[in-house]
Amino acid sequence: MAVLLLAEIAGGALALDATAKAVTAAKSLGDVTVLVAGPAAAGEAASKIDGVAKVLVADDAAYANGLAEPVADLVVSLAGNYEHIVAPSTASAKNILPRVAALLDVMVLSDVTAIVDGSTFERPIYAGNAIQTVKSNDSKKVLTVRTTAFDAAGQGGSAAVEAIAAAGNAGLSAWVEDKVAASDRPELTSAKIVVSGGRGVGSEENFAIIEGLADKLGAAVGASRAAVDSGFAPNDWQVGQTGKVVAPELYIAVGISGAIQHLAGMKDSKVIVAINKDEEAQIFQVADYGLVADLLDAVPDMTKAL
Amino acid sequence: MKIIAPIKHLIDYNVKVRVKADGSGVGLANVKMSMNPFDEIAVEEAIRLKEAGKADELVVVSIGVKQAQETLRTALAMGADRAILVVAADDVHQDIEPLAVAKILKAVIDAEAPGLVIAGKQAIDNDMNATGQMLAALLGWGQATYASEVAIEGEHAVVTREVDGGLQTIKVKLPAIVTADLRLNEPRYASLPNIMKAKKKPLDEKTAADFGVDVTPRLTVVKTAEPAARSAGEMVGSVDELVSKLKEKGIV
Ligand SMILES: Cc1cc2nc3c(=O)[nH]c(=O)nc-3n(C[C@H](O)[C@H](O)[C@H](O)COP(=O)(O)OP(=O)(O)OC[C@H]3O[C@@H](n4cnc5c(N)ncnc54)[C@H](O)[C@@H]3O)c2cc1C
Ligand SMILES: Nc1ncnc2c1ncn2[C@@H]1O[C@H](COP(=O)(O)O)[C@@H](O)[C@H]1O
Repeated sequence: MAVLLLAEIAGGALALDATAKAVTAAKSLGDVTVLVAGPAAAGEAASKIDGVAKVLVADDAAYANGLAEPVADLVVSLAGNYEHIVAPSTASAKNILPRVAALLDVMVLSDVTAIVDGSTFERPIYAGNAIQTVKSNDSKKVLTVRTTAFDAAGQGGSAAVEAIAAAGNAGLSAWVEDKVAASDRPELTSAKIVVSGGRGVGSEENFAIIEGLADKLGAAVGASRAAVDSGFAPNDWQVGQTGKVVAPELYIAVGISGAIQHLAGMKDSKVIVAINKDEEAQIFQVADYGLVADLLDAVPDMTKAL
Repeated sequence: MKIIAPIKHLIDYNVKVRVKADGSGVGLANVKMSMNPFDEIAVEEAIRLKEAGKADELVVVSIGVKQAQETLRTALAMGADRAILVVAADDVHQDIEPLAVAKILKAVIDAEAPGLVIAGKQAIDNDMNATGQMLAALLGWGQATYASEVAIEGEHAVVTREVDGGLQTIKVKLPAIVTADLRLNEPRYASLPNIMKAKKKPLDEKTAADFGVDVTPRLTVVKTAEPAARSAGEMVGSVDELVSKLKEKGIV
């Protein structure tokens, strides 16, 4: 059985971590062909992922910004040869794969966390309050996989790379601009340590103490929805049901109450630390280590003590 | 321009979800139901476009059980002009999959010919994040998902999207599908007079069969289980104690 895996492309390059995690999931379903809708260099990088049988590269201006319509048409043009179409659960793939599924007249399976067999999958529903096992009755299975649920496949592969033609562009949408903040910090979804701040941080200026602790630890910075809505932190830092899902070795939640929608994005972290001035805060119910303190004192103290 | 906003009637986001003991699903009998929070944002955006003179009519559509009309009334009270209820299930536990919802919506849209559809990014019950994209595919329209800003400029919508790296702005040809993200706006509350007025606004009732759409699920639920529980750990008394525990464990 054959699997077509849509590689994650970010900033014109292969997003290795997300793609390699999806490869691990895809390998259990069959021979993996990776589709790169992007530059040749990204195709080369994908060919080195362990377990990849083949790489198809469609390098065309139509795909430069990951617009859903042309990329979906490309995937659909290739779909005949594959039983499974897989991608990591990124904002980009979640934009594209449901479109692919509808064009193929099949359902999409979003955020798969476990593969039971070729047609049976587990996925969280209700903000992770329940785990559903579903069996697909469709001829093709189109799924996005949660990267926190699969280890990254290693390096050392040497798959053949084949350039393929683009599948046209109906021009339904056009790219205008990206606003991407450059950062030296590790990426939120693959970082070993994440320090997140919530509404309790109080202001955008105060968020500097969260960032200070993160930098001391070599960590990524996250935020609750309330912190993002209040303008303390950018949208791409949001962790939760409708933000990013993370599962680092260490997650430090600062000034976050622990609403279910936030927990949905971090409760699979290995060790959770919570700092909150309210000893009743829900976050303490999932924390391995809890500290009742004013974060304005505790966080700078912790940065110093490390 | 006419706008259509599909809205889902589902468990209120404040309700603690309980998995049924027999593993057949989540208990929804007698729990508080509301409009999907993302759909409130979508409805609000559509109303603002109307108020700004960019649109002249807002039609809200909900597919599911008969009780979804309560949610449609809420949207009418917020400012929608009329509502369409498509009854496709007689038990709240019977969720209609995004593909079937998209097919029904396509049929409604073929008849109504809106210039713009604003849906929510994600339904907070099934967490699918799929319907808008599927609908765009079926209609052959462009899509602008996860919107945090929408501007109508002539024949196009210019939409800023919340993506993994930050923000992306795209320009999509109308008619198009937009899906609303959290930062698009803050939805208004319906005032009491508007709630009263909404009772008189038109609410059309249809069935899935009227549109010839088969809503049989493509995904069979094998079981529904509680997630692995995480137990509370220990409270520490000071920053120093916290740091030494983390060092002992070798994680910092
Ligand atoms: C549709 C929908 C989707 C959502 N998606 C997400 C999501 O993806 N991610 C997410 O995070 N939320 C999400 N939410 C929001 C969620 O329900 C909560 O509102 C949010 O997580 C609360 O953020 P918070 O914990 O920072 O703020 P609050 O709940 O206000 O908590 C602030 C905490 O800071 C503490 N505090 C205050 N001052 C100090 C101090 N000086 N020192 C120490 N502690 C202090 C307080 O005790 C309190 O516990 C969503 C909600 C909805 C409806
Ligand atoms: N049964 C439904 N009735 C009306 N709109 C729906 C329904 N299901 C999904 N939608 C719309 O599609 C969006 C995304 O839902 P989903 O793809 O299920 O996560 C929702 O926010 C609604 O706007």
